[in-house]
Amino acid sequence: MSLHDWSFFSSHHRWVGLANYDELIHDPRFWNALKNTAIYTGVVVPVQIALGLALAVALHGSGRVNTLFRSIYFFPVISALATMGIVWKFLLDPEIGILPHVLGAFGFSSNNFLQSTTWALPWVAVVGIWKNIGFPMVIFVAALQDMPASLLEAAAMDGAGSWTRFRRVTLPFLRPSMLFTSIILTIGSMQLFDLVYVMTSGGPLFHTDTLVTYIYEVGFQDFTPGYAAAISWVLFVIILLLSVFQLRLFRYDEVD
Amino acid sequence: MDEKLDLPGLTTAHLGRADYEYSGPSKWWGRLGKLAKWSALIAGAVVIMLPFLWMLGTSFKPESDVFDYPLRLWPTHPTLSNYVDIWQQLPFARLVLNSVIFAGGVTVCSVFFDSLAAYALARLRFPGRRVAFYLVLATLMVPYQVTLIPVFQLVFRLGWLNTYQGLIVPRATSAFGIFLLRQFFLTVPRELDEAARLDGASEWHIYRRIMLPLAKPALATLAVLYLMNNWNDFLWPLVITSSTSHENLPAGLTLFAGQYVVEHGVLMAGAVITLLPLAVAFLLAQRYFVRGIATTGLK
Repeated sequence: MSLHDWSFFSSHHRWVGLANYDELIHDPRFWNALKNTAIYTGVVVPVQIALGLALAVALHGSGRVNTLFRSIYFFPVISALATMGIVWKFLLDPEIGILPHVLGAFGFSSNNFLQSTTWALPWVAVVGIWKNIGFPMVIFVAALQDMPASLLEAAAMDGAGSWTRFRRVTLPFLRPSMLFTSIILTIGSMQLFDLVYVMTSGGPLFHTDTLVTYIYEVGFQDFTPGYAAAISWVLFVIILLLSVFQLRLFRYDEVD
Repeated sequence: MDEKLDLPGLTTAHLGRADYEYSGPSKWWGRLGKLAKWSALIAGAVVIMLPFLWMLGTSFKPESDVFDYPLRLWPTHPTLSNYVDIWQQLPFARLVLNSVIFAGGVTVCSVFFDSLAAYALARLRFPGRRVAFYLVLATLMVPYQVTLIPVFQLVFRLGWLNTYQGLIVPRATSAFGIFLLRQFFLTVPRELDEAARLDGASEWHIYRRIMLPLAKPALATLAVLYLMNNWNDFLWPLVITSSTSHENLPAGLTLFAGQYVVEHGVLMAGAVITLLPLAVAFLLAQRYFVRGIATTGLK
């Protein structure tokens, strides 16, 4: 499909070889979308894992308060990204939103965040983190509840302080879960679409364009599906490579 | 004293347990740490809930309250008019119906076909079984965004754009569900169905009367996951439908948020109604949601 010039609406398929890929390499919109997707993923995934880990360590106990807090932090996961995108857009609205006023009190002068080339992508990232923070948390909580208490006790007997116990016992124990969440979150982040479509439509000036919003635009608004298929292939290969890379990364670390 | 114990080379194995528990002035540090920890957790929980609270508050605000200054989370003149108006200002009943048919249809079809395929892969011997399983595995990690173009082409050629079958049939089974259920069926002791087979039970009978009842927790987890993901889905309905006649709630609401002048309160009422069924289900069956996400149907 990516090797043809074609349209959804006619049966005409013209073989163009690698022309679509050649166009891709020289397309600044594609590189821009790739860059934004990479920045978003590069920020959102580590932050989600770090926060999820902190929450899990703080809340993995089985008491009622812990369970209540876990439910609260997990709650955004079940909501629809698109509708919550509308809510966040209103929250950030300079006229009716709360956030510009609250942040204005702390000295943030920009009050139209989603129209700002500097702030639009960071705010989309904030919402992305907010939405899925519960996922790494529940994975780590499950792992921590499986961790034998004797491990930490033994380390404490050997005189390990709480930071050392966390660093030397808890973290290595969580490594498989971290690999798992990091792969799943990366795949999810690479497909960012709903939030951008709803909050910024890729703007301002393409500053929040992502690979999937670009595929959508090229395929379903410009109606050049051959080119959109070429971008899809690139996206797929990147996801595949990132997954393999993370498998390697975490396995090599295990040797220490 | 406890700080000294962190020094390398100093072993405390000979000391009693009480020695590495906090005592004296550091007890206060422990309490202070606890205070800091819970303050941070509460602050974080407020941030997490803020969009939901604002959405709920605004859905009860008359439009004049929305622009009121200073801004408030809760309405000063609470009203139910947004929840009345939404059915008139938008084809809202239609959107709700579409969401129910789409999410419900996908869930029923997919759980049924997934379990059939999983049973075959776990229990039946047939040529190409291994190949079939590897094919399922190979598509497991391919996100649907990647195959959007060819699948759209297929739906278009079938003349299924703007139809329920166009929305549902391409999702009538998933590699993830097949894989999950196959792994579950493999844990069921073979003696159970061997015995039934000796008694002359048909494969259908074994599937229906033995495997499915045993697999209830796994089936429920999968069903909750499909229901949630399709209820909340946006890109797929956006691509397959082009009018409110078949759009689901997220796609329809977004369309109205972007193209038409709709009051903020009305839109928020729509957002609340969209969230409500899942929120109620979440309160009732939290563990299925958590398990579903953890086995990873995260989207």
